[in-house]
Amino acid sequence: MSSNRVTNFLVPVFAVLLGMIAGSIVMLVSGYDPIAGYSALVYGAFGDSYYIGETIRQATPYILAGLAVAFAFRTGLFNIGVEGQLIVGWLAAVWVGVSFDLPKIIHLPLAILAAAAAGALWAFIPGFLKARFKVHEVIITIMMNYIALHVSNAVIRSVLSDKGFKSAKVHASASLQSEFLQSITDYSTLHYGIIVALIGAVVMWFLLEKTTKGYELRAVGFNQHASQYAGMNVPRNIILAMVISGAFAGVAGAMEGLGTFGNISVKAGFTGVGFDGIAVALLGSNNAFGIILSAFLFGALKVGALEMPSSADVPTELVDIVIALIIFFVASSYLIRLLLSRFQKEGK
Amino acid sequence: MKKKRIGGLALSLVLAAGTLLGGCGQGQKAGEKKDNFTVAMVTDVGGIDDKSFNQSAWEGLQKFGEENGMKKGKDGYDYLQSQSDADYSTNLNKLARSNFDLIYGIGFLMTDAITKIAEQKPKQKFAIVDSVVDKPNVASITFKEHEGSFLVGVVAGLTTKTNKIGFVGGMEIPLIEKFESGFRAGVKAVNPKATVEVQYAGAFDQADKGKAIASSMYASGIDVIYHAAGATGNGVFSEAKDLKTKDPNRELWVIGVDKDQAPEGEVKVGDKTYNVTLTSMVKRVDVAVYDVAKKTKEGQFPGGKVLEYGLPENGVGIAPTQDNIKPDILKVVDEWKQKIINGEVKVPTTRDEYKQFEANLK
Repeated sequence: MSSNRVTNFLVPVFAVLLGMIAGSIVMLVSGYDPIAGYSALVYGAFGDSYYIGETIRQATPYILAGLAVAFAFRTGLFNIGVEGQLIVGWLAAVWVGVSFDLPKIIHLPLAILAAAAAGALWAFIPGFLKARFKVHEVIITIMMNYIALHVSNAVIRSVLSDKGFKSAKVHASASLQSEFLQSITDYSTLHYGIIVALIGAVVMWFLLEKTTKGYELRAVGFNQHASQYAGMNVPRNIILAMVISGAFAGVAGAMEGLGTFGNISVKAGFTGVGFDGIAVALLGSNNAFGIILSAFLFGALKVGALEMPSSADVPTELVDIVIALIIFFVASSYLIRLLLSRFQKEGK
Repeated sequence: MKKKRIGGLALSLVLAAGTLLGGCGQGQKAGEKKDNFTVAMVTDVGGIDDKSFNQSAWEGLQKFGEENGMKKGKDGYDYLQSQSDADYSTNLNKLARSNFDLIYGIGFLMTDAITKIAEQKPKQKFAIVDSVVDKPNVASITFKEHEGSFLVGVVAGLTTKTNKIGFVGGMEIPLIEKFESGFRAGVKAVNPKATVEVQYAGAFDQADKGKAIASSMYASGIDVIYHAAGATGNGVFSEAKDLKTKDPNRELWVIGVDKDQAPEGEVKVGDKTYNVTLTSMVKRVDVAVYDVAKKTKEGQFPGGKVLEYGLPENGVGIAPTQDNIKPDILKVVDEWKQKIINGEVKVPTTRDEYKQFEANLK
């Protein structure tokens, strides 16, 4: 047990360190100063109140996307469709945000709930196909991403705007933006969404660890056949797990729609938040609290990286490589842990 | 137990990062005074090597910097590249915090971000290319792309042998509609029999989509394609070059955009060198960027104004490389150019105006 604890604690740390060392080798070989590069990265993420605000803002959708991936994971499903569920959630939140005039106390929760419902619906389809026809959820969710992207673009063009490329701004009563938070962070785009994300983490922890349903969902994840034998309804649990996962992803989209951007515009490609969510969930060991930490790490990398070209002269392409290396080692930490745990089991 | 473990993990992560990085102090001093004029720009997702729009802007800035003995970097001229649309605000803020005297947002997609930051930093000077932001501290730079597109439309209409012409747009936004409408009007004005097939790739940075569209267009008998798609258009060039390599006798052309794209069209088959670039519709973003930087340096920042660069200002037009255009076609182009400058012809900027234009021709 104690060696397991040490492993759990050391592996992610080593992964990040290894990633940074590999990144600095790449920078050295290409003739750039890694110390200047990394100090620019840290400055760009935590250097002053503005950057801290941006880092928290970037971490907000990462937390929720990570929770979405992790929730499915814990129940034995691989939800690659977080990206698409996020986009439809974003769309639904903005839609509700621009088309109603309601008091804030109703409007804002309604917009967030609409996002959750849209994400849930988008995840219901692969969940249903998996439960009913045993269609693999990875394939369906990937395809659903493309459908989400292009359907939402079409809706933005034809319904939310007059053949334009972006919707109107959501009404103030549905907005998460806060002048107070912006003023204390020197006009960053920080918004109240971080509170929603933290509540989401608590909800996920409570659902999985403290309720009977959560126990059932995890049981299905561990062993479907045993669960069925124990009298659980496996297909229904699979659908439920996907729906809850999709709801988290939808809320992640609401953070972008009601907070960061305040509207939705036609997208040329994926936001990447949903895919990064997979790495966030892995680094956070699919655990609600771990996900909060890893989301902050990813947020800091993403925001801090923007500083590297301007103050350390590291070209943008190289910054991408360095960040990818860190993520690579972080992701392989999951593999390392997997191998180690196998090893320990055999030793017993 | 579990909580302790995670707490330990968090602590060690922070400590590890701290030991590794804490030592390297940061040399940024916000608010530091400086005497020299500094200028910077934020690109959209295309980046400064898109062989098109962003690259042209950066060339204008480089020219301005070199002429004034400035260095690339925080004390001279610089750029930041955006990886996604979430980066626009952050990048603009970053430059404003580094106290650049003038900051450009390159591209229509940055309209919201510039509007917001201009409100937040009323003393900072901004300029936006391809859009209009009505704020006293923002200079809006726009181009009459429809006029330049009309001229290349004339070239396409007179060059095509199959009477089938293609248009590949980046994103379906009002700006690209200007290219499309002007181009179609130019084709129709000189060759009413020709048809123009219009397709949008949905992105400015996906060359593979450009290639796929070009492939199906050329296969359907289209022999001239005009692209207004930034880096996506590079795929149109690569498809045309591939086809030319397979069959050097086949006549197919690409009309470039924003910059003189003749170098993109060069292809070597055996010992002979061909060029698939018929011509390009140049949009002198570099001229405009240079012009506004110069004015600002001289203390005449055109804040709150909308600057329109059209044919008379040499803001748009046909590229200097015209080797592939027949001389008699060039004569016709010049006639139309004069008509546009004199105001005899009003080039449509939207699809509705184009329909009007087409009806008037009959």
